[in-house]
Amino acid sequence: MANVTEMEISRRGVMAVGAASAMLAPLPAGAQVPAPKAVPVTMKVSLEVNGTRRDLEVDTRTTLLDVLRENLHLTGTKKGCDHGQCGACTVMAGGKRINSCLSLAVMHQGDEIVTIEGLGTPEKLHPMQAAFIKHDGYQCGYCTPGQICSAVAVLAEIKAGIPSHVTAELTARPMVTGAEMRERMSGNICRCGAYSNIVDAMADVAGADIAGVKA
Amino acid sequence: MKPFTYERAKTPAAAAAAAMRTPGAKFIAGGTNLLDLMKLEIEAPRHLVDVNALKLDKIEATPGGGVRIGALVSNTDLASNTRIRRDYGVLSRAIVAGASGQLRNKATTAGNLLQRTRCPYFYDTNQPCNKRQPGSGCGAIGGYSRQLAVIGTSTKCIATYPGDMAVAMRVLDAQVETVNAAGTVRAIPIAEFHRSPGDTPHIETALAPGELITSVTLPAPIGGSHVYYKVRDRASYAFALVSVAAVVQRDGSGRVAIGGIAPRPWRVAGADAAMGQGAKAVAQPLLAGAKPTEDNAFKLALVERTIGAAIAQARETA
Repeated sequence: MANVTEMEISRRGVMAVGAASAMLAPLPAGAQVPAPKAVPVTMKVSLEVNGTRRDLEVDTRTTLLDVLRENLHLTGTKKGCDHGQCGACTVMAGGKRINSCLSLAVMHQGDEIVTIEGLGTPEKLHPMQAAFIKHDGYQCGYCTPGQICSAVAVLAEIKAGIPSHVTAELTARPMVTGAEMRERMSGNICRCGAYSNIVDAMADVAGADIAGVKA
Repeated sequence: MKPFTYERAKTPAAAAAAAMRTPGAKFIAGGTNLLDLMKLEIEAPRHLVDVNALKLDKIEATPGGGVRIGALVSNTDLASNTRIRRDYGVLSRAIVAGASGQLRNKATTAGNLLQRTRCPYFYDTNQPCNKRQPGSGCGAIGGYSRQLAVIGTSTKCIATYPGDMAVAMRVLDAQVETVNAAGTVRAIPIAEFHRSPGDTPHIETALAPGELITSVTLPAPIGGSHVYYKVRDRASYAFALVSVAAVVQRDGSGRVAIGGIAPRPWRVAGADAAMGQGAKAVAQPLLAGAKPTEDNAFKLALVERTIGAAIAQARETA
């Protein structure tokens, strides 16, 4: 399917620019011109995933998300948009939350990766997982692993004093408030709309007074 | 995504040399914009030079009383830095007004400067776009242009520079420091870093092929009240319709730069000179010669009102 689309674009592009401008050279990198097919390249990479070293050989194009799901069968991390817009693929890399869809596996040589499977287990839930259940912080559940990874990181970021768009005083420590949590969770989309219960779950874990959280 | 070879560079000059040596090479740092574009095959580098091991991740004082920000300092680390928060608040504010927490953790200082437009015609490979495919035309002119530029455009391109960080750097008179394959270093004033589209909208910056950004420097702090006021369609995680970076002194004088309206962070000397005379007087020189479309003419009024709001906020927080 992708090849069909690509061929159509190339043909359309050639017709649009015409023979004269097609002669113009050189075109910049990324310009769509018919080119000989490049050969896939593989590379070795080692990751520390949920505390276990994993040695892999992957196509350089493989994202961290696809390695987790397709190579390591850690399917808790979800692929939503695959373009860094929805947050379903959120994991921790080197202790920081990132979109695993917008990162190449080969760029994580030696990195510590923590996925939803590494946060807790069905027998021993992470406090944030337990709070999501208690507060009904999901409906279909597809965005939930990303929401939980992000929620854990958000509380850590507030604790570390990282400012946000809604932090009133840049030089003061940010507090756990409804406004702070909502702003910091804006990279995680939930089409079911479980947002207010997610904020309740986060407030519960943070031990925050949630009066006015839903405002 | 097209196949590519990959290497990890050890020094800045070696990275620049690697990029020069391999046709179709690109640097990759955070990758949050480049990988998005590679998946859509808008970018199709044949070789990636990973610069993450270059140790350009420090924020240091400069002899002149300013600060040097390493190219690889993440957006989160830059916005959180104590000195940046205290002395260059407009920069912290601009960074946290953009993207999401996940993206800011990965996105770098240099990469943010180099992020590409979010013009829908640039992103849609079925549409003509002079930036993506030089000479193919501009679908945005006469098309859907609500988000797009009202000033500094050309007959070939009306895309905006999408970022927030660079708008604050523009108001702070930052300099972009680079190295090339020969090891030659230079400093490019931020005012000259992003180019006007003219007839070559695909050439977006002053960087030469293979030239690598190593750091961004800020001059000594200028004091004043720092504000970044961003107007967008959502309360969070959206690109600016109009944004205003302002530094306002107690006497009302100051500096102002605008985002979301032009192919580069937009600052005009006449607007700085008019600070203290009200939003209308400040907006006028900024928008002189504007060529809005029917869809985005609202931005002219929005610029003036957002300047007004930014100045009011600066007074409140002074």
